[in-house]
Amino acid sequence: MSHTFIENWFKKKGWELHDHQREMIQSATPGLSNLLIAPTGGGKTLAGFLPSIIELNAHPSDSLHTLYVSPLKALTVDVARNLLNPLADMKLSITVETRTGDTPQSRRQRQRKSPPNILLTTPESLALLISYPDSHTIFQKLQCIIIDELHALASTKRGDLLSLALTRLNRWSPTARRVGLSATIPAPNEMAAYLSKSKDSDDIKIIKAQSTKPPAIQILVGKSRLPWSGHMGLYAAPDIYEAIQSHKTSLIFVNTRAQAELLFQSLWRINDNNLSIALHHGSLSLDQRRIVENAMVKGSLRAVVATSSLDLGIDWAAVDLVVQVGAPKGASRLLQRIGRSNHRLQEPSKAILVPANRFEVLECQAALNSIYNQNLDGDRLREGGLDVLAQHIQGIACSGPFDKHDLFLEVCNASPYRNLSQADFNSIVDFACDGGYALKTYDRYRRIYLKEDGLYQIANTAIAQRYRMNVGTIVESVTLKVKMRRGRVLGEVEEYFAQGLIPGDSFIFAGRLLQFEGIRETTIEVTPGKGNIPKVPSYMGGRLPLSTNLAEGVRSLLEKPASWRTLALPVQEWLEKQNKLSTLPKCNQLLVEVFKRGKLFYLVAYCFEGRNAHQTLGMLLTRRMERFGIQPLGFVATDYAIAIWSRKQASNINDLFDEDMLGDDLENWMAESTILKRTFKDVAVIAGLIDRRLPGHKKTGRQVTFSSDLIYDVLRKHDPNHILLRATRIDAARGFTDIHRLGKLLRRITTNINIKFLEKVSPLAVPILLEIGKESVRGSGLEALLDDAEESLISEGMGI
Amino acid sequence: MFEFHLNKESLIADTSGALIWPEKRTVVFSDLHLEKGSWFAKQNIPLPPYDTLDTLNRIENVINRFNPIRIISIGDSFHDDNWIVRIPKDQRDRILNLTNNYEWLWIEGNHDPSGALPLGGITIPYYFDAPLTFRHEAKKGSPIGEISGHYHPKARVRLSNKSFTSRCFITDKKRIILPAFGSFTGGLNVMDAAISTFFKDDFKILLLGSKVRQFPKTALIP
Repeated sequence: MSHTFIENWFKKKGWELHDHQREMIQSATPGLSNLLIAPTGGGKTLAGFLPSIIELNAHPSDSLHTLYVSPLKALTVDVARNLLNPLADMKLSITVETRTGDTPQSRRQRQRKSPPNILLTTPESLALLISYPDSHTIFQKLQCIIIDELHALASTKRGDLLSLALTRLNRWSPTARRVGLSATIPAPNEMAAYLSKSKDSDDIKIIKAQSTKPPAIQILVGKSRLPWSGHMGLYAAPDIYEAIQSHKTSLIFVNTRAQAELLFQSLWRINDNNLSIALHHGSLSLDQRRIVENAMVKGSLRAVVATSSLDLGIDWAAVDLVVQVGAPKGASRLLQRIGRSNHRLQEPSKAILVPANRFEVLECQAALNSIYNQNLDGDRLREGGLDVLAQHIQGIACSGPFDKHDLFLEVCNASPYRNLSQADFNSIVDFACDGGYALKTYDRYRRIYLKEDGLYQIANTAIAQRYRMNVGTIVESVTLKVKMRRGRVLGEVEEYFAQGLIPGDSFIFAGRLLQFEGIRETTIEVTPGKGNIPKVPSYMGGRLPLSTNLAEGVRSLLEKPASWRTLALPVQEWLEKQNKLSTLPKCNQLLVEVFKRGKLFYLVAYCFEGRNAHQTLGMLLTRRMERFGIQPLGFVATDYAIAIWSRKQASNINDLFDEDMLGDDLENWMAESTILKRTFKDVAVIAGLIDRRLPGHKKTGRQVTFSSDLIYDVLRKHDPNHILLRATRIDAARGFTDIHRLGKLLRRITTNINIKFLEKVSPLAVPILLEIGKESVRGSGLEALLDDAEESLISEGMGI
Repeated sequence: MFEFHLNKESLIADTSGALIWPEKRTVVFSDLHLEKGSWFAKQNIPLPPYDTLDTLNRIENVINRFNPIRIISIGDSFHDDNWIVRIPKDQRDRILNLTNNYEWLWIEGNHDPSGALPLGGITIPYYFDAPLTFRHEAKKGSPIGEISGHYHPKARVRLSNKSFTSRCFITDKKRIILPAFGSFTGGLNVMDAAISTFFKDDFKILLLGSKVRQFPKTALIP
């Protein structure tokens, strides 16, 4: 097929086809799939579409030719625009449409009858689209499936959902090619495995864009004193402001929404030149975010302070500087953020890293090293979620009767489910049918039942409706709108934050100081704030743990004093003092420092395994110390270390860190902890046991709602082997608790613990001791706090 | 266990959520909502089928600890009026056994207006045993000494930088509202107008935790 019209159009525009774009065109063969790895903005998305455009030009059709799946709704809109313009320019009559949750019902219905040539959608909308009895007719002539930002989807539950939908599409249109588009990633073979239809990925050709010039990255340590602790990086606001002033447009990435709010405030406080600095994060209202994005496209902003809400997606050519404030937490993530500057020009991207404390200086340096050595980190592929499988099976049932064995074979074609056991599959089918409980009393209430002809069928259409209302794997916490009294909506905050507010409290949100007036239905009313110490909304899951790779980088930096020369002076001095007064942590060793301070004994372990693993370790160690009679009082965990304080001195430290703590101690703690309950809730929603709690839903005196915690408690007591509990334990082990990583640490350090008994706190321990008090008490400590609260109130006099 | 007085009668709020009237050797349960799980299963939402089993276990545990002669279940004992066709036989027999061995009163609730007729005991709209009145839903203007349920009260107590939420009793000099006892029963915050409207001036809550603790209104957050 000729593609001269494409070459001509490129020429007319004064552009040239990139090598990887040409290669994508040449290697487009039915049955063969491509994985394109290119940095942000390398014409990656267009490269994915070029073969389809050429085919559709040669053979015009009125059916669906290419399906494009992206993780972001906004991206589908952007891609549609970026496709329609060139298509119109080339005078091609190829139809392109989006289909997402925002698409009107009427258009979605029409699309099922007469689909466009190219349909742009999200994993959730695709799951919906395949759940109709006539779905297969739409995909009959499908030739190509493009998955954008594959690296962001592959190892998530959304990726699981997508992979299952792909197996279904493969049944309907087995010759369709798959095209994966990914940013630079550490293990292309794993992405290829995700994309592939076969076990050994022999149908995948990997195409790599020529690497552009390495980015120019600089670590900036603010002129004022480098903080010992904290993650906000506000101390460097004047330096960041200077950088903004000397560049055209800067993107300033931070790690949490709270940090975004605070840094935005700090910058405006010193914004003497009235530079247009904007704020962008996921809690702001859609309108607000669109205004910022459009201003960015037009080039009318000097800087945007943003969270991961701008990690993916829309291209801004104008950005000439990326600033990362706070530790990057992972080198791949940092590289993707940096890639958002200067990417249309053949100049290197320019970036500044601003560490917020001393340890973060090390982390930034480690990230820099691993980018230059091309030693990237990334999520490994994981086993697919059983809850997602349950959802998929219900969707399949909605589309028509299915044969159990046949479906099992189909599901095993999805890469995350290649190792799925027949037993687990059967349990999930049983769950989808009637809950799958050991006590068989629900036979009468089957959602899906086995017909006489051996096929499974959905019991009634109400079930299909309920499925379609609940499709998706993102379980959001309930949020409340923030609205100015007699004014507009500013955005949304999580319910639990709103519940902690008392009228008169002030808080920072959407870049302004607000005063809380009250909650009305699902809206919290605010007025412009005055004085007071403001609270800052904090958000669940805002902070990612330090990646394994960066952790190694930090450890090897610490080990080699020769490599310190590039570090800021105060950091060098700090490490030298540590070397003199205690010792430095070595790569294959665990340094544990023990010292007395006041009346308490402190134990600080430098594990470098990330916050989540350290939290878990803290829970387990304190349990064990309790048993050993050391009387632990509390602990605090950072990405780098853990500190525990106790009434008595820990002496048998090797026993404390014995690997067997991952046995019974772990089991007992997990059973009691709220982590499992939180995880169970997500699993139960995704699996379709309980409905999503829709915003606007309010409890009434009638109490028809039920809580997932109560279900969890009862299920654990009476049916501990239930498939959803198992799915919960698997999720918890790799999510909040990071047990896998903890296990690796304990194995690595067996018999290799370097214990230092010190007279006083060591330089390296100062940052973590400063964190004490910032973290709250949990577990049984909560009940102790209740006792205190009750007592102090009683002593004040009860009045009744 | 927490001892307090209502209309000069000495009562005990138990950590389980049951109320004990020692002088009359009476145990009071509220909002058992038996067979709530199967009710949802019938709507194709298969909640676990163990709620009745679990609630019965806990009822028997309270009975064994306090050795009463009389039990009053103050309404919404069953999640709906059609539970009889769904409850497993062994659990039905356990309830029959209980109503045979104790003086058992079922107060009618909005979920179960016809009570537990087939399972023994006595079903009545409300019950008066001086100086206390037992009914399902609190009534404005009712005499002092009213004991009711229906609202499934829970409360949030403010602690230094976090909060603790749990089921609770809520009481003032006139009345007490019991927490729901059923295994699948959620709660409504006592600061919600639906509940607080019954407590004009001041009230205290008896919060369920590893033990029962009392807190004044001022310690609570919505």
